[in-house]
Amino acid sequence: MSTATAHTEDHHHEETFISKYIFSMDHKMISKQFLITGIIMGVIGMAMSIAFRLQLAYPDTGFPILEWLFGSKWAPDGVLDAGYYMALVTMHGTIMVFYVLTAGLSGTFANLLLPLQCGARDMASPFMNMLSYWFFFLSSVVLLSSLFVETGPASGGWTIYPPLSALPKAMPGSGMGMTLWLVAIVLFIASSLLGGINYISTVLNMRTKGMSMTRLPLTVWALFLTAVLGLLSFPVLLGGGLLLLFDRGFGTSFYLSDIYLGSAGALEHTGGSPVLFQHLFWFLGHPEVYIIIMPALGITSEVIAVNSRKPIFGYTAMVISLLGIAFLSFIVWGHHMFITGMNPLLGAVFLVTTLIIAVPSAVKTFNYLATLWRGNIRFTNAMMFAIGLVSFFISGGLTGIFLGNATLDIQLHDTYFVVGHFHIVMGCAAIFGMLAGVYHWFPKQFGRMLNKPLGYIHFWLTFISAYLVFFPMHFMGLAGVPRRYYAFTLLPEYGVWFDVNVVMTMAAILGGIAQLIFLYNFFSSMFIGKKATQNPWEANTLEWTTPVERIHGNWPGEIPTVHRWAYDYSNPAYESDFMPQNIPDAGSKIELFETKQSLEDTKQKKAPNASFFTLVKNWFKPKTA
Amino acid sequence: MTEAINYTGRVHPKKFSMWLLLLGILMLFAGLTSAYIVRRGDGNWFDFQMPTMFLYSTIIVLLSSISMIYAYRSVKKDNKAGVKLGLINTIILAVGFVISQYLGWQIMQGDGLYFVNPKYGDKVSASFLIAIASIHLVHILAGIIFLIVVLVKTFNNKIDSNNTLSIDMCNTYWHFVGLLWVYLYFFLYFAPDF
Repeated sequence: MSTATAHTEDHHHEETFISKYIFSMDHKMISKQFLITGIIMGVIGMAMSIAFRLQLAYPDTGFPILEWLFGSKWAPDGVLDAGYYMALVTMHGTIMVFYVLTAGLSGTFANLLLPLQCGARDMASPFMNMLSYWFFFLSSVVLLSSLFVETGPASGGWTIYPPLSALPKAMPGSGMGMTLWLVAIVLFIASSLLGGINYISTVLNMRTKGMSMTRLPLTVWALFLTAVLGLLSFPVLLGGGLLLLFDRGFGTSFYLSDIYLGSAGALEHTGGSPVLFQHLFWFLGHPEVYIIIMPALGITSEVIAVNSRKPIFGYTAMVISLLGIAFLSFIVWGHHMFITGMNPLLGAVFLVTTLIIAVPSAVKTFNYLATLWRGNIRFTNAMMFAIGLVSFFISGGLTGIFLGNATLDIQLHDTYFVVGHFHIVMGCAAIFGMLAGVYHWFPKQFGRMLNKPLGYIHFWLTFISAYLVFFPMHFMGLAGVPRRYYAFTLLPEYGVWFDVNVVMTMAAILGGIAQLIFLYNFFSSMFIGKKATQNPWEANTLEWTTPVERIHGNWPGEIPTVHRWAYDYSNPAYESDFMPQNIPDAGSKIELFETKQSLEDTKQKKAPNASFFTLVKNWFKPKTA
Repeated sequence: MTEAINYTGRVHPKKFSMWLLLLGILMLFAGLTSAYIVRRGDGNWFDFQMPTMFLYSTIIVLLSSISMIYAYRSVKKDNKAGVKLGLINTIILAVGFVISQYLGWQIMQGDGLYFVNPKYGDKVSASFLIAIASIHLVHILAGIIFLIVVLVKTFNNKIDSNNTLSIDMCNTYWHFVGLLWVYLYFFLYFAPDF
């Protein structure tokens, strides 16, 4: 550790196996812990989805593997039990939303990138950071342990609406499994708050010299605003969850009213409002989907700019649209509840705010496209996944406009249209953003490169299978096929969809195989991958100025000073087509948006396209030599 | 966009993190009081006047804030006896707050307003009051633990005018939970009149 002499005094030096790999306080190690835990949870969540997709495609058909996996109680003769089908759906949703796409995505990349891209030795509080991971780990263990209790895991849907979640005797999944679910989520909220407070504190207090907020890479902006959303919305879920625990444990009636249970007769609960829980849940629930997508959007901004060799188009607009999305996400939760009998005027308000979200989202999409346009594109693996995100974000975002309409939602609510919509726009898009990040920063995290051909195979199989699984769902939903049904065998009107379900299940299995390729690539490249160079993608951001062998404290000497924004690609003022943030201007002073003049001098070079008008002017300009 | 801006060291990261934590706590109670408003708007709601005991709670918590200010100012003047006196006084008042809350709930129970009100759907208003107050009380208890930690540090001579971080954070936290109660009191007091 002789290279790491310039530590600040609060860094520990003596590293044992435990302090280095297990209870590590180094943000780079914590980011690996988050990533690998997230990948494990992702594999479990995906395996569950394949199990229940088998049931949807082949109802009443026995698959010995299901009996082997879940035991003869939950899958007698290889046919999934109906209650357990619901449990799997619930657990799949919970795992994917919270454990993979919230903690796995934000946890990994916030930990990796915030200190490295802001220019800090570590997080504001490395200890809290470590706690954040271990709360998350504990929460994962508690959640998974509910798979092994006698009554099975929670099975009332990942939204845990009362009364199924509030009455322990309502059904098997409302018992111990639900209790464990709630405990897991409380631990998860603790982890998320500890992490989020740390991320915000790091971005606001720990930036290096010269790193003003307007010079931050968009990844940092996205992860920062994600943390703000989490900090403001998770406590509300905590409040809602506490009232739910009071209903479960003490017999209060916040959410329960006039209920008759087959096993217990008429209950004494009265006066509660189950819709109240929906308000509290969705006040978190909607920001939550932006907590999921915003880091993915930030990663995409970075990956697309680097691999198009162009400045990101409309940096300021990107930041403002992130702020807009973050703000709007708090005033749209009612669109999940259009059919709860809410006041039509209130419904109209939520409709309007929901549709307004299309504006910042469209700004981001157009800016991605404008960055790609006439770029010197390098189709690296990360770039493929980033472009894939843009595709999913468009096709899933458009169906969001359908669902945001209160009137259309009456037809579409709780159908497969909703399932298709959110899987594409938040599931696939966020997963693709996450994978783009993994492919892009793998050299930074592990010092080696991922195998490129395997990456392409992974991309195409995943991309094709994702569309094959989720696109037909929209048509099923338009035809009224309801979600969360165990089987449609007794509903002949849905018979026409049987074959489609088979195709979708096949595609899901294909997608699963593609992820196995990725897992092989990921874990083998850690050890046998090609050694990475310091800056393999020729990127500008500060993380690529750190040495390849990852050291505690990140930079061996002084923390670099920042002299420019993160997107000086193909700037005609410089010889090289990239200009890292820490390199000072050698005399020539080129301001960002003055590139229009410098264009005239450097006709052979590609235009940096700093503004829309430059783009248009360039397009119509006669080609010279 | 000028260069050489050093942002580190303006606010201590720990103190900054605590402000963020307080923001989170604020959102928790914003959520709970919003739930109160939404549920009340649904009707079938029994409006009642809070026992006067909760007014005493409010006065006690405000007095404890004043005593905390005294302790904090004494630190800056290196008046050790003053710090100890202020902190002990604050802790005593905090315990008084806890007792007054408990007595308030007792008085409510005497009026037939329980936390669990089977068969009386409209009395969920009482459940709300007790739930909100008890969740707040948990934060007060955390504050008392914080105060005791700071008091022990004072007795060990670890706090003086050069080492004010922990008492500074304790000061902020205590004023926050105190003012939070004042907000909750006025909210719950005036809610029946709307």
